[in-house]
Amino acid sequence: MLTGVGFDLAPGKALILRGPNGSGKTTLLRTIAGLQPLLEGRVHCSEDAIAYAAHSDGLKASLTVAENLQFWAEVFGTSDIDVALTRFDLLTLADRPAHALSAGQKRRLGLARLMVTGRPIWVLDEPTVSLDQASVARFAENVKTHLAGGGMALLATHIDLGLEAPVLDVGVFKADPTSSIGGFDEEFL
Amino acid sequence: MKALLLRDLKLAFRSGGGFGLGLAFFLIVAVLVPFGVGPENDLLAKIAAGVLWLGALLACLLSLDRIFALDWEDGSLDLLATSPLPLEAVCGVKALAHWLTTGLPLTLAAPVLGLLLSLPETGYVWLVTSLALGTPALSVIGCFGAALTVGIKRGGLLLSLLVLPLYVPTLIFGAEVARRGTEGLAVSGPLALLAGISLAVIAVLPFVSALVLRINLR
Repeated sequence: MLTGVGFDLAPGKALILRGPNGSGKTTLLRTIAGLQPLLEGRVHCSEDAIAYAAHSDGLKASLTVAENLQFWAEVFGTSDIDVALTRFDLLTLADRPAHALSAGQKRRLGLARLMVTGRPIWVLDEPTVSLDQASVARFAENVKTHLAGGGMALLATHIDLGLEAPVLDVGVFKADPTSSIGGFDEEFL
Repeated sequence: MKALLLRDLKLAFRSGGGFGLGLAFFLIVAVLVPFGVGPENDLLAKIAAGVLWLGALLACLLSLDRIFALDWEDGSLDLLATSPLPLEAVCGVKALAHWLTTGLPLTLAAPVLGLLLSLPETGYVWLVTSLALGTPALSVIGCFGAALTVGIKRGGLLLSLLVLPLYVPTLIFGAEVARRGTEGLAVSGPLALLAGISLAVIAVLPFVSALVLRINLR
């Protein structure tokens, strides 16, 4: 449980969350994405603006790369998956079933989903897990392009992505389990 | 919503999708019962409708835990919950996809299996009608059970225990329609109750399923 967390994020900006394992980064991100209820405080941000990506990529093993991405594009009411495929270097893999992908390739497909959602705020939980150096650089480029287009990003990551973004250490907000719940306020947007 | 339905159908028909599991089970029950009962056509004809209804119900039960468990394991359920689709619609579509891949094939296969159980001629129409009206209720109730047990490792046993009592009214009235039809009696009473059960669960349970799913996703 976290207490006293507060931050705001302007269009075109990113915020990086740091903190030791178990410090509550995932909890915070899931709460912002609307998957967990707040005990106290507010999130000033529409859930409809958020594209959430967690540890698991939500891929279907028996569908191809293009089919997986096309599904999410249709769910989010967009249609163009080619840009996302190109940006994450997946064009040559488009017809391959997802079960035949390596861990890093799956991750790239999971991240490509963010682009087809067409949503402005990317909420990312450890996005670089199992990516190689080149893919991390490519991912960082894509985040920068997204920010340059007026998007926002909230990342929990331990890797330096070269983003000019402030770092928030989640560890210091950890609630003392013996004390009662304090002021829990999240300012967002 | 159409995309989700098409995806679920596609997944069911591709390798490892589980389509045919229920159908094969239904076939096995209908083929084996005559061996167990013995070569008595009169007795078989009498129990045929009930056996087919019971077989359809258990076949339906087999594939229930797949409704949400697979999406939960690979993280799609979290992503669907944060997508523009309302979770109530997701539950409705999931139940519909389950019916299209289980209930509908069972209903269509029932007349053929009725032959194996020497179901009297008068019974076919009412057997198919009762299954067509009753199996949607089985899928929707099962979807609710699957939402309750999502996230529990090997929750299949708990799911069966939760869902079976809820299946009893559908089974009673469904089998009653088929039995009365076979014997040439009036069917309107149990038929109306069966249709009523189906319509009520279709109207209410997707909302309840979405509610428990939200709690389970926390």
